[in-house]
Amino acid sequence: MSTGLSDLYQEVILDHSRHPRNFGAAESANRQARGNNPLCGDRVTVYLAVDGDHINDARFDARGCAISIASASMMTEMIKGNTVAQAKSLFDRFHTLVASDAGESGESNGDLDEDMAELASLSGVRAFPTRIKCATLAWHAMSAALDGADDDVKTE
Amino acid sequence: MKMASSAAFDIERVRRDFPILSQQVYDKPLAYFDSAASAQKPTAVIEAIKHTYETEYANVHRGVHYMSQKATDAMEAARETIRAFINAASEREIIFVRGATEGINLVADCWGRQNLKPGSEIILSQMEHHSNIVPWQLIAERTGAIIKVVPVNDAGELEMDAYEDLLGDRTAMVSLTHVSNALGTITPMAEIVRLAHARGVPVLVDGCQAIPHLPVDVQALDADFYVFSGHKLYGPSGIGVLYGKEVLLDAMPPYQGGGEMIDLVTFEKTTYADLPFKFEAGTPHIAGVIALGTAIDYITGLGLEKIAAHEDDLLAYGTEQLGKINSLRFVGTAADKTAILSFVLDDVHPHDIGTILDREGVAVRTGHHCAQPIMERYDIAATVRASIGLYNTREEIDVLVTALGRVQEIFGS
Repeated sequence: MSTGLSDLYQEVILDHSRHPRNFGAAESANRQARGNNPLCGDRVTVYLAVDGDHINDARFDARGCAISIASASMMTEMIKGNTVAQAKSLFDRFHTLVASDAGESGESNGDLDEDMAELASLSGVRAFPTRIKCATLAWHAMSAALDGADDDVKTE
Repeated sequence: MKMASSAAFDIERVRRDFPILSQQVYDKPLAYFDSAASAQKPTAVIEAIKHTYETEYANVHRGVHYMSQKATDAMEAARETIRAFINAASEREIIFVRGATEGINLVADCWGRQNLKPGSEIILSQMEHHSNIVPWQLIAERTGAIIKVVPVNDAGELEMDAYEDLLGDRTAMVSLTHVSNALGTITPMAEIVRLAHARGVPVLVDGCQAIPHLPVDVQALDADFYVFSGHKLYGPSGIGVLYGKEVLLDAMPPYQGGGEMIDLVTFEKTTYADLPFKFEAGTPHIAGVIALGTAIDYITGLGLEKIAAHEDDLLAYGTEQLGKINSLRFVGTAADKTAILSFVLDDVHPHDIGTILDREGVAVRTGHHCAQPIMERYDIAATVRASIGLYNTREEIDVLVTALGRVQEIFGS
């Protein structure tokens, strides 16, 4: 493959998009938030079961592209069992990885923990600026759910 | 190599008129299938802008000096070109606006303020662009008017029976698209207007997608208002046209206040200029107007019938070739359509398709096309839209089909 497509559509991403983990509304959820991308009409709802400081369960429901589904799927796997602070920290690091110039120079692979190593498969979107919001949509919704925000989050 | 198109239309020569088409993107020749969003510009239009600023530029309509007169003459000559192009009865009926969006907002606001009452009904269709929905919602909120929506069938055609049923005593305005930007459907506009007029209801026609592809005669259509944007007609962005029947425009209050639109100003009372200037407050997009006139000269020089024949050939060829892809489903299969190939693939989201096509040099639009209600109608979030312009070729359709093969390779579908 040429022109960055093989970096964008890595096998792990295609796998998550075809077989999303933790897909569908969670009955035990006590926090939820919806994310909309007004540019493309994509939507994601993130459901969290939060007990005190712990995220006991994380699920999502979405209508979206391979990148947004894969990112949401990976996210729910990773934040399950996290503390709220850990999940937020992971979001910050993920955001830097995919969206900022700092991510461009990047942490070296040696610095990445296990989760970040898997999330690094999404860093291919950096070469596709119009797609970065696809990767971050579910994360914004997760962050809003943790903050107890009432409004939908938008990528704009 | 297959023949590019019909012999009557020298496509290779036409393509040389558009400098951007010789660009490579990602080391691939650009195959531009996004003209419905904005068309590329021929050299004549680019040169017209340059020529204006280099040789005949000053503010218009008020200078006594040579340059101002020259610029005014050039701008008013363009107004006449546009009048003739759509066969308006008078230049007073050609109002320059920023684009179709501003044209619809102007009518919704100025006509609506005067004519809409609580309970008045505005008829739109399910396949309108947001720019022919939201301005009406804004004025409906202010006046208590109500929006009624004509449904669309599975093929993407207006349900004319439902339209007739919606026309009633409370109907105040019908505002419908001439060609759907998301589906390519050509609506039976003359019939739509006839039925509305039978009940004394005026009709605004959103002509954005029709004007580059169909001959438009506003008097034959008997349209009360007709709007279009210059940039979809191979002209500059930031300039568009609102046509309105003189009797209606005369009765409407001004849109914006400012210079150019006044007759006499005192702090006690201001009287307004005559048409079309009443609706053209402020310094207009002078070079844009002139270059839009040039774009129309360019199109009429090629011949609208020849352009339409070429585009219809590409639409038929594209429908046939894309139709061979098993997992592809067209969205919008109206019997009467133009220039738009809107589709989805099983199991691959349009955005992923768009990204992969892009890296093959193929520019398409993916998303809801600013027409979310019609996406809801078909229970989809988005489509891939390959829209055809006068410069596209059969070879480019082949490139599109090959690039869709790459999508299937990557996604293993």
